[in-house]
Amino acid sequence: MRKKKIISFVILILVIVTLALLLQKLLMPKYMTKIVEGALIAEYYDEKNKNHDVIFIGDCEVYENLSPITLWEEYGITSYIRGSAQQLIWHSYYILEDTLKYEKPDVVVFSVLSMMYDTPQKEAYNRMSIDGLPLSLTKMKLAKASMLPEEDLITYIFPLLRFHSRWNELSEEDFKYWFKKDQIAHNGYLMRVDVKPASSFPKPRKLADYKFGDICYEYLDKIVKLCKDNDIELVLLKAPSLYPHWYEEWDSQIVDYAEKNGLLYINMLNHLDEIGLDFNTDTYDAGLHLNLSGAEKSSVFLGRILQTEFNLSDKRQDKYLKAVWKEKADAYYEMEADQYRELEEYGYLLKFNMKRSEENNQ
Amino acid sequence: MLFTSYGFILFLCVVIGLYYIIPKRFQWQLLLISSFVFYYFSGWSNLIYILVTIVSTYFIGMKLGNLNKQQNLYLKENKETLSREEKKAYKERIKAKRWRWLLFCLFFNLGILAVIKYTNFAIANINNIFTLFKMNELSFVNLIQPMGISFYTFKTMGYIIDVYRVKYEPERNIGKLALFVSFFPQLIQGPISRFDDLSLSLFKEHDFNAKSFSFGFQRVLWGYFKKLVIADRIVVAVLEITRNPETYDGIFVLVGMVFYAIQLYADFTGGIDITIGIAQMLGIEVKENFNRPYFSKSIVEYWRRWHITMGTWFRDYIFYPLSVCKPMLNISKSSRKRFGEQIGKKVPVYLSTMTVWFTTGLWHGASWNFVVWGLLNGFVILVSQEFEPLYAKFHQRFNVRDTFGFRLFQVIRTFLLMSSLRILDCYRDVGISFRMFGSMFTKFNINEMLTGSLLKLGLDISDYIVLLIGVIVLISISLIQRSGSVREKISGKPAIIRYTVYVLLLFSIVIFGAYGIGFDSNQFIYNQF
Amino acid sequence: MKALLEILEELHPEIDFETHKSLIDDKILDSFDIITIIAEVNDEYDVAIPAHEITPENFNSASALYELIERLMDED
Repeated sequence: MRKKKIISFVILILVIVTLALLLQKLLMPKYMTKIVEGALIAEYYDEKNKNHDVIFIGDCEVYENLSPITLWEEYGITSYIRGSAQQLIWHSYYILEDTLKYEKPDVVVFSVLSMMYDTPQKEAYNRMSIDGLPLSLTKMKLAKASMLPEEDLITYIFPLLRFHSRWNELSEEDFKYWFKKDQIAHNGYLMRVDVKPASSFPKPRKLADYKFGDICYEYLDKIVKLCKDNDIELVLLKAPSLYPHWYEEWDSQIVDYAEKNGLLYINMLNHLDEIGLDFNTDTYDAGLHLNLSGAEKSSVFLGRILQTEFNLSDKRQDKYLKAVWKEKADAYYEMEADQYRELEEYGYLLKFNMKRSEENNQ
Repeated sequence: MLFTSYGFILFLCVVIGLYYIIPKRFQWQLLLISSFVFYYFSGWSNLIYILVTIVSTYFIGMKLGNLNKQQNLYLKENKETLSREEKKAYKERIKAKRWRWLLFCLFFNLGILAVIKYTNFAIANINNIFTLFKMNELSFVNLIQPMGISFYTFKTMGYIIDVYRVKYEPERNIGKLALFVSFFPQLIQGPISRFDDLSLSLFKEHDFNAKSFSFGFQRVLWGYFKKLVIADRIVVAVLEITRNPETYDGIFVLVGMVFYAIQLYADFTGGIDITIGIAQMLGIEVKENFNRPYFSKSIVEYWRRWHITMGTWFRDYIFYPLSVCKPMLNISKSSRKRFGEQIGKKVPVYLSTMTVWFTTGLWHGASWNFVVWGLLNGFVILVSQEFEPLYAKFHQRFNVRDTFGFRLFQVIRTFLLMSSLRILDCYRDVGISFRMFGSMFTKFNINEMLTGSLLKLGLDISDYIVLLIGVIVLISISLIQRSGSVREKISGKPAIIRYTVYVLLLFSIVIFGAYGIGFDSNQFIYNQF
Repeated sequence: MKALLEILEELHPEIDFETHKSLIDDKILDSFDIITIIAEVNDEYDVAIPAHEITPENFNSASALYELIERLMDED
């Protein structure tokens, strides 16, 4: 009798846990259409071939502006972009820490735009940068560092407690991608082929204080140390997006920091002509982000620097890698063709059929 | 720490785990420490207040007990030698001493409560008078009200009066008294337990008992269901209506009234379910505070079934003593002489009733809203008392007293009456409350409900569906309860049905609970009382 | 005892107070009745029933109440 009771109790617990996990998977946002950048962080962990020369960390300035496929095709460099929407510097640090559990790249490129934020901005971006990580101590430390006052750490262990109220907004998408998601990026690059020429931007506002926050420097120091401890070359990068405005005062701080720490700092805004960027054709949202053609141009430029500076070998003759990247490139070109077809047919891209006004700041 | 915070649930798991691991003789001490830890989280300065109350009550209780012992001993030893008059005189002396100690304890502790709770209310009223005479206004003081002070103060006052009345011996162990006063599950919102009710099981050693543990756990879940799924959801609409009286008058007042009745019931009884459930998981019996109050057929019955421990507290420690004290008996005598038997006999009843309801109102909150609310309750009770002969005649003539229809009418009438009184609980001041009540009759327009305006109160259609189902579940459970414990009934069913019920309850809280980002986490309504 | 029964019967003529043993438990006497009784008892017997003697045991039957009155008269 007693034994029977214990068995049924164990079954009860198992049922509860299973149900909780199923519901959690169902209720969490899928990020398969519209805000697809929410799916980026998780996608890395499905990558079979986690062995890259270069890892990029940062916000949309990396995942929209650089294409690993181009880096491979032009230079035989293997790379992955661990980007996420409005990735703040503590996100970048812990995401890098987590990445290093899987692989040791030769070079890490950090996008410095996020130095401008020294406080968490929006809960939604925390979720996009953190939920994709597998449960680990790193993830908990990341959540603790990122949380807004109204957030609870436990919701990063059990996201069901955060997303339970989505029950009344479940859509077809949630059921379709309940167990299996599509791949939406190409080694972390989010492709857009549409074009929206850059017009004039409002004159940059004068800031009261240009100095980056102490906390940002603290994390930048931590990133430097993490790379040093792992024998990784760190590169600081300002990608060629026209907005948000990259102030002179900010630039010189990064220049100083790079010099002091013996780091390479590349401000691509200083090389727009050399890159060959034309903001009439190379951006999909008037200069905030680059489109495919812009990203490919940027990658050609950046790849050359990385290869010469750090002697990255050309791996295009490696049989195994060749096959892996062939497959990746096929998917890449297929998506490119699809997007052009959609543009032709509808005049816009289906996946992104939504006002993107919320992302102006990334 | 709120019952609905993640921190509290973690705290609870740790306490309950430890409770059944440590040697049983330390169990009550663990509860004492836990209660203070719990209280510490609500602000360490709060600890000072509760400690002062515990220490003063303890020592005065001991003093009262010792004086009583001294008296008994003296009378026994000198039984032969003392005359009847001498004995009487000695008794009077001791009685006077004990009375002074009791008064000191009451004034001291109620004084703390009064200063903290009513200083700003007093200042506001003084300022109103000052402005009348064009004098400078006083500034308000910034006093933080310690959590649950009304509840624990009333607990200790009940204890000290009982000791004075020699209902029981004072507690000799200050730790045990401290646990009685601060027992964490009932610290925030009661029930206002009596020492002789609670102490037996509170200080006993408890073996783990699977049945009472799981019954307690079910009760806790049920409490969270009421609180999170119903109360914290409907509160959005209640606040929208009551904070914007200019926009929402007429029929909306009725809607707000009914919604608030649902919210208050779900919130308060849910909180008490959590309290009693936690105690039960620990093997401790806490007296019930509610008995399906909304099924009451009269306002007197309602107050016997709603917030029972508060009602009986006021009855035993204010209403009765006040009604039977010498001055009141003299008033009774003289008024009977003056106004005649029929009316004169009612004077003490009227006086005591209105006093009790005045204090009850004041206890609920430091504002005229609550004072008026309390007085109106007393008024309605007295009026219905006066109508008693009329009702009797009605029932002689029409034999409907026991028909279902008439009982239903009585239940609905009582519900609406109590809900109307609670309007005072919702609006900013007494004037607006009365105006809103009036607008229900002058501006009542049913069409306003047909244009989708319910969806503009901050709840969408899915919220209303959840609420509707929740309320149906609530009513069904209450109906089933009339013939005995629901948990007993469920425990008699096969395992598969039992488990399905638990799983459904658990997940309906997790999924449909109005908690987390996007929902304001609401404090229990009775928290600050 | 006779005077007490008169007091009680005036309040609730329908009850047979000589035999009824659960006046409180059956909710026949409410708190208003109780304080009316105490006031009249005070008049009739010149004895004050203190608040702490208001217990179900003392008020459940007329005989119990009478015992209480006798005890209090004795103590005086």
